[in-house]
Amino acid sequence: MSYALRMEGIHKRFPGVHALNDVSFEVESGAVHALVGENGAGKSTLMKLLSGSLAKDEGRIEIDGEEVELKSPADSQARGVSMIYQELTVIPYRSVAANILLGREPRKAAGLFIDYHELNRRAGELLERIDVHVDPTEIVGYLSIAQQQMVEVAKALSLNAKTIIMDEPTSSLTDRETDTLFRLIRELKRQGITIIYISHRLEEVFDIADAVTVLRDGKAVHTAAISEIDSDTIVRMMVGRELGEFFPKHNAEISRTILEVNGLSGGRFEDVSFSLRAGEILGVSGLVGAGRSEMARALMGIDRASGGSVTLREKPIEIGSVRAMMRRGFAYVPEDRKEQGLFLRMSVRDNLVISVMERLFKAGLVRIQKLVDIARTYEKRLRIQTPSLSQLVRNLSGGNQQKVILARCLALNPEVLILDEPTRGIDVGAKAEIHNIMGELAERGVGIIMISSELPEIVGVADRVLVMREGRVAGELSRAEATQDAIMQKAAAGGGER
Amino acid sequence: MKNIGLTAARYSTVLILAGLVFLFSIASQRFLSVSNLLNVVEQSALLGIVAIGVTFTIIAGGIDLSVGSLVAFSGALAAGFMARNGLPLAPALILAILAGAGLGLVNGFFIVKGGLQPFVATLAMMAIARGLTLIYTQGRPISGMGESFTFIGSTVGPVPIPAVIFVVVFVLSHIILQRTPFGAYIYAVGGNEETARLAGIKVQWIKLSSYVLSGTTAAIGGIVLAARLWSAQPQAASGLELQAIAATVLGGASLMGGAGTTVGTFAGALIMGVLANGLNLVGVSSYIQQVITGTIFILAVMLDMWTKRKQRPG
Repeated sequence: MSYALRMEGIHKRFPGVHALNDVSFEVESGAVHALVGENGAGKSTLMKLLSGSLAKDEGRIEIDGEEVELKSPADSQARGVSMIYQELTVIPYRSVAANILLGREPRKAAGLFIDYHELNRRAGELLERIDVHVDPTEIVGYLSIAQQQMVEVAKALSLNAKTIIMDEPTSSLTDRETDTLFRLIRELKRQGITIIYISHRLEEVFDIADAVTVLRDGKAVHTAAISEIDSDTIVRMMVGRELGEFFPKHNAEISRTILEVNGLSGGRFEDVSFSLRAGEILGVSGLVGAGRSEMARALMGIDRASGGSVTLREKPIEIGSVRAMMRRGFAYVPEDRKEQGLFLRMSVRDNLVISVMERLFKAGLVRIQKLVDIARTYEKRLRIQTPSLSQLVRNLSGGNQQKVILARCLALNPEVLILDEPTRGIDVGAKAEIHNIMGELAERGVGIIMISSELPEIVGVADRVLVMREGRVAGELSRAEATQDAIMQKAAAGGGER
Repeated sequence: MKNIGLTAARYSTVLILAGLVFLFSIASQRFLSVSNLLNVVEQSALLGIVAIGVTFTIIAGGIDLSVGSLVAFSGALAAGFMARNGLPLAPALILAILAGAGLGLVNGFFIVKGGLQPFVATLAMMAIARGLTLIYTQGRPISGMGESFTFIGSTVGPVPIPAVIFVVVFVLSHIILQRTPFGAYIYAVGGNEETARLAGIKVQWIKLSSYVLSGTTAAIGGIVLAARLWSAQPQAASGLELQAIAATVLGGASLMGGAGTTVGTFAGALIMGVLANGLNLVGVSSYIQQVITGTIFILAVMLDMWTKRKQRPG
């Protein structure tokens, strides 16, 4: 048995995170090897080490039986390893052929000119070799995402790739496009190319892979031939960590229904229905790309919904602008703290009061003292740790930054609070504090929708769990039913109704 | 093979140009005469030559705001070398073009090595080069270059020489952009810098070169302008940079980089020339002309966005 690559005892640390902890990973030559795991399990980090865009801290990597040091993507490419990223890296306004052979164009007239005729011929040959029917002279930007992916595969082959890593290649493909991609993968395999297939869609893994490795919390938990493992076992391995964190449960009184969403549809989600009651924390679980954030953004009026209806306190409402939704009592803490949540170069105070500032105008002027009062109140209430209110928010820790955003929402006195990954990337202590604040809010009768990719958090905090999968509601679980296994089964394995 | 240049170009630009020509030929009998059309090309020549250089910087993901000042600076140098220093034509022109290219190199240097944003670096150069021009000319026009120089601004038979230079610059730049590896890499760097770097392209060198080219075409424009006017004006071509950017964008370039063609820019410059010429013939005042030009600019860009959105999947 020969290995296309072996990784042994790999460690990778980032500030505060041991992202890969003694990972060993072997892939047989010519196999399709799936790499699965929850969000944040370390799949992408491991593959970045292999594709040369990150450097390992410890461990050894062998390619074709030879130990290698991969310092750059060029190193990896020279060793025959190419990676196709989820975010495609094509050059949009150039032809398919120019993209495939970028930097390696055939020349003519003593190297002065590109031989476009030859360029197109060679690219055409590569595309034909993998049975992809795309005109080499077509502009890449006008192709579908699926076709662009094929172009990237052809580019990898033109670099003599022997191993191709695909990171969640089907995340933005339709079912038919996925079938086409799988045909391509089988064709590559027939030609002796090794494929590492990162996914968390287990159906696909069973459809295409020969072997599977499960990563969890930065460790390789198990590797098996696909014939020797079943979906349930994989799910259990993906989630089976000890519950190290303690989730205090507040016993808020869950009373009347305040929000009803019916058949909400939009960009990457369809026909989502659920209700929310006062004092309730509704967890929204699902894999990255399941359409959770998109659904929340549409509900908040950030992106336009294409259909569905919303009832607030038994009155039907139209989803308006974000501003209009805030006035109706909605508030939203976005997923990406730094990009969407904060004005990093502004002070804690200004970040905190910006949404209520307009409500405090008097004779055309902002009442500064009132703003400072509000900021102080929330600084105390949420125990935001900052040297002063005029400190720049970017100097705060992640947990305190998150509290600032939360405080901004609370200052609006919301009835419905939507939190998208409220504790991502913050330390355990701050997590617990944020969960506490959520509990207090629930006790005051606020309805909370919490999107989270961390199963323990969903199981520990939510009163009810909505599981989304590929843009649709895959199931709803009561607090009693909502175990990590049950959620993962619905989110990944397709156990839910479709 | 499909012509990549034309595929990426904005069909709407050519349509608008054709539409304007059609309208003006109905509105004025004089418009469609050979001599008037040559006149249009001549009037578009300065803008077109300069805009072609700017197109390179914009496709590569940058911008060049200094070209108006570089036109004045190089024109003054060329005129001064001949009128004041008595240099023969060829060395005077070569030195002036080298000076334009050199200031372009300075632009590129601060952008590539100094990490300045192209907007900032070339904005500064716009002020510096204008200042240098005022110093060199002492604020007064330079004239008395002699006939060998003013010949560049004249005609051979019915054909204006500036128009010939415009067409030559256009053809050369088109070949560079569409046929050479350098041209392909200009698109690659503007389209996705990281991908270009990973493909082994010398990204910094490509960017730097785009500013040198832009400086060079600005210098050629400066010589043409001084030759046509028989004098180099210190305040020549102020505001030309914005017109050049407009012609480039009219021609289908994206200010985000990666898109655009010299064919498009050529047509874009001609649209501005046709508008000015046609509206003059029809007797529209120059004040109203500006309003019309701006309006057509907006409509053209919106039309293009609309057609592109229809083509683009997803």
